Amino acid sequence: MSLTYLEAIREAQAHALREDPRVFIYGQDVGSFGGAFKATKNLSKEFPGRVLDAPISEDAIVGLAVGAAIEGLRPIVEMQFADFSTVGFNQIVNQAATLFWRTNLPCPITVRLPCGGTAGSGPFHSQTMEAIYAHYPGVIVLTPATVEDAYSMLIEAVALDDPVVFCEHKFLYYHLKADKLPNEALPIGKARIAREGRDLTVVTYSAMVHEALAAATELSADGWEIEVVDLRSVKPLDTDTVMASVARTGRLLCVGEAWPWGGVTAEIIARVASEGYDLLDAPPQRLNAKDTPVPFHPNLWTAHRPTARSVAEAARKILRT
Amino acid sequence: MLQTLSIPKAPVPAGADRDTYLTAYRFMLLARLLDDKYAALYRAGKIQGGVFLGRGQEALSVAIGVSLKQSDIFAPLIRDAAGRLAFGEPILDAIRTYLGSSLGPMRGRDGNVHRGRPQMGLLPMISHLGAMISVVNGMLFARRMKGIPGSVGVASIGDGATATGSFHEALNQAAIEKLPLVLVVANNQYAYSTPNLREFVCANLADRAVGYGVAGHEVDGTDLSECLRVIGEAVGNARAGQGPQLVVASLLRLCGHGEHDDAGYVDPEFKHMQLGRDCLKVAEAELLRQQWVEPAELARWRNDNIVQIEELVAQVQHEPTPDPFGEDWSAISSRHLGETHEIE
Repeated sequence: MSLTYLEAIREAQAHALREDPRVFIYGQDVGSFGGAFKATKNLSKEFPGRVLDAPISEDAIVGLAVGAAIEGLRPIVEMQFADFSTVGFNQIVNQAATLFWRTNLPCPITVRLPCGGTAGSGPFHSQTMEAIYAHYPGVIVLTPATVEDAYSMLIEAVALDDPVVFCEHKFLYYHLKADKLPNEALPIGKARIAREGRDLTVVTYSAMVHEALAAATELSADGWEIEVVDLRSVKPLDTDTVMASVARTGRLLCVGEAWPWGGVTAEIIARVASEGYDLLDAPPQRLNAKDTPVPFHPNLWTAHRPTARSVAEAARKILRT
Repeated sequence: MLQTLSIPKAPVPAGADRDTYLTAYRFMLLARLLDDKYAALYRAGKIQGGVFLGRGQEALSVAIGVSLKQSDIFAPLIRDAAGRLAFGEPILDAIRTYLGSSLGPMRGRDGNVHRGRPQMGLLPMISHLGAMISVVNGMLFARRMKGIPGSVGVASIGDGATATGSFHEALNQAAIEKLPLVLVVANNQYAYSTPNLREFVCANLADRAVGYGVAGHEVDGTDLSECLRVIGEAVGNARAGQGPQLVVASLLRLCGHGEHDDAGYVDPEFKHMQLGRDCLKVAEAELLRQQWVEPAELARWRNDNIVQIEELVAQVQHEPTPDPFGEDWSAISSRHLGETHEIE
């Protein structure tokens, strides 16, 4: 049996619906159609009345989820594309994220964001939104890079008592496969060493983990041993694992598919520079998408986001320092 | 919910009888006197942040509170002191939140009108207008999913909020789901300083109900009797499974947007119109006309309320305020996921 990242997300939701009667799914086209990407395929049939089509009203979709959470349910919201979550942004960052702080009543909602670029998707179907949600207090932001994590972290997200923004990467939906679903997993909040190395630490997450791993393979031909840290969750951020890795390698490259300004890569560099300055043998660097909207044409798109090639190039520069 | 003042309250059928009217009036009076006290405290510099009063909107607001059961859902807005009290919000919740007592439900983390007890069906508004409507939808939706019948949810908004996308999304959503939502619009003629004509151009906001496929009602928001009748009917319709109800009330805000605002932009013409009447005075005149109460009794109620408010304010002024060193500074409930990246 072989299972894709997308199928793992479907299976995780089926698991949550099966195990917990408080769970329901609400989003555009998620019902009998099974979702724009088929992440809820057949779920409305298997769980009648619990997988419901929503109008194109992202604000009201999240607002309804918050109300249901107040009443003790565990809604999963599917945003059709992460990009559209900006329409529901207010309800996520001002309603859901402040509820516990203000009232002591937890707000267990999971908002799934199909994010990231695929060739030809253009400016409004390609965005990665983790930085902007992580900026707000009161939100957990998850960025699984593997089939196993997509499954186990989504199940854990639904079980958490806090609002979770679950950033699932569309580029990984069909490409990534695993033989079976995991029985156990690292908990949310723990990063994973995706590849061990001693010369340079690449800290990354989501689809960029795979670009970093490919770059590490390329660089190993030249004798470099690159350590790749997969953050798994960007909030909370596992600073300890990052710091321990930098302590081993002395060099740091942060890679993110999001825009450069004030994002996750900047946060990691800030933490390492302020708390682990003495561990560094070279200035820490980062590699992000270019500071423009995500381009439509594949020629432009592949140059816009980091790739294995640009990661390897950036790594070489640091290794020469 | 604990009620400090013992004003008897029973669920109201559509149309107001003597007892209902008296109950409603007493909550209106209490709310007005509380508002007067906040205004005085604000002028004396005893309140941090803003003060937002409900003067002129008490009749509409109280009609919501007395028409709902305690097991229902109420998302009040900034001018709903009367409705909150009638719904069952303890007076102390209001005073503590205004004065920043750490014993209040918001514990100094939020203030003034941003208070509530969501686990008891009283939602704490966020400042983004229209945003509470879909949350009420979600609570009603969840109760239906859980098989809890008979709940009604009221969301309170103003004329300004009808211009938001949230209003549109949520009312449409409620209509699609046929939820027992009563959306009460207090058209007080101004969204802060902006007159109706810069917010919408339809002849009457209640006409919008047709476009959403929901029932629409209009009411004179200065007439307590009418407010009790129309809100009571809308709540009854919703409870009976007739789907969302949009109620639009005409009235005038008899104060600034907040106490920092002198409301110099209000057209004086409004004050001579029916909608510019003071609903509390109208209700008092009606009570006396009907001979439901003696003038001396009215004076005694007023005096008793003032004494009690003074006592409660004095009590709260001696209560602890939030301690930044005792604050845990955690915005999430999953403590094991808490992180700090500040250098110790």
